[in-house]
Amino acid sequence: MHELGIAQSALERALEEMRKAGCSRVSRIVLRVGRFSGVDAESLRFAFEAVRAETPAAEAALQIDEIPPTVHCAPCDADFAPTSGPPFACPRCRTWSGTIVHGRELDLIRVEMT
Amino acid sequence: MSDQPRTTPPEVIVVDVREPDDTPPPPPGDHLTGTPVRVVDLAARLLDKNDVQAAANREIFRARGLRVLNLVSSPGAGKTTLLQRTLDALAPEIRCAVLVGDLETDNDAQRLRRPGVPVAQITTGGACHLDASMIQRGLDALSLPDTRLLFIENVGNLVCPASFDLGENRRVTLLSCTEGEDKPLKYPPIFTSAHVILLTKIDVAEALGFDRATALQNIRRINPHAEVIELSSRSGEGMERWLAYLRGMVA
Repeated sequence: MHELGIAQSALERALEEMRKAGCSRVSRIVLRVGRFSGVDAESLRFAFEAVRAETPAAEAALQIDEIPPTVHCAPCDADFAPTSGPPFACPRCRTWSGTIVHGRELDLIRVEMT
Repeated sequence: MSDQPRTTPPEVIVVDVREPDDTPPPPPGDHLTGTPVRVVDLAARLLDKNDVQAAANREIFRARGLRVLNLVSSPGAGKTTLLQRTLDALAPEIRCAVLVGDLETDNDAQRLRRPGVPVAQITTGGACHLDASMIQRGLDALSLPDTRLLFIENVGNLVCPASFDLGENRRVTLLSCTEGEDKPLKYPPIFTSAHVILLTKIDVAEALGFDRATALQNIRRINPHAEVIELSSRSGEGMERWLAYLRGMVA
């Protein structure tokens, strides 16, 4: 639902990097998106196609890398990779945990330009 | 089966399951002139703008001695009614103010008007959540001398408000008995990010066949650390615990 705003900030940041580097076109943008970031990749692609039009990124490809989630278990003091959820149960001690270590990422990690 | 030996091998069918590469082909001449591709690696959080404004809001709140609650829930979970009862009980002893967000109308702000309680309606005109800059503009519209508690009633939506930090001290998520016991499992982010989870409309729980034990168990599974309070704004049951929590915030 807020993918449009996210696509917009990704684009603005990429164009800023492009200007800083003295380039004139953005050819690829790479995002790192966690499964629990609340962002839908399809909607994000759709939104990106809308916002990139008539900008120096009009032909830029959007690459979305999904981050496998990890969750922290306090009693075991260890991280585990949840197979489903939330909620997440520690595979070792079965305690429920809501402490997501990785999976909420929503980062712009690479801009390719010419 | 034919006795004739087959002379032509069957056509090979190719199923390409690779992700389509939508990188545009280089424009003519690029490969000849060798225009270099510049690559910049970074780690920029994409809610950046909102996070920066949320941090600024947090500073404003601290400087003014304001404690701020962000109330989130589905539409109709009882945010406005809870705030009406809360202001009735609390406004005479603690100075309160309210920012309320909706897509259209100032109906909720009208319902929340009380003597000595500044209320501002933020009409988002379609946006499905409040963001930190809307809060800043709302704050500018309110006169807040000596105000201790600011309630932000977010747009009724169980999804997007979870992603937008407003700079609040406490996020309060309401789950009403009319919504069913499994909402926390179906909409985890808004429940995992809550400091307080209010189970509302418990006066009608029994009539609806609402299973409180299951609902509480689901809440605990999603968020083991939140303060959970069961209450009814209409009957008043559980309200004292909620009010005590709020008094504790400004003590």
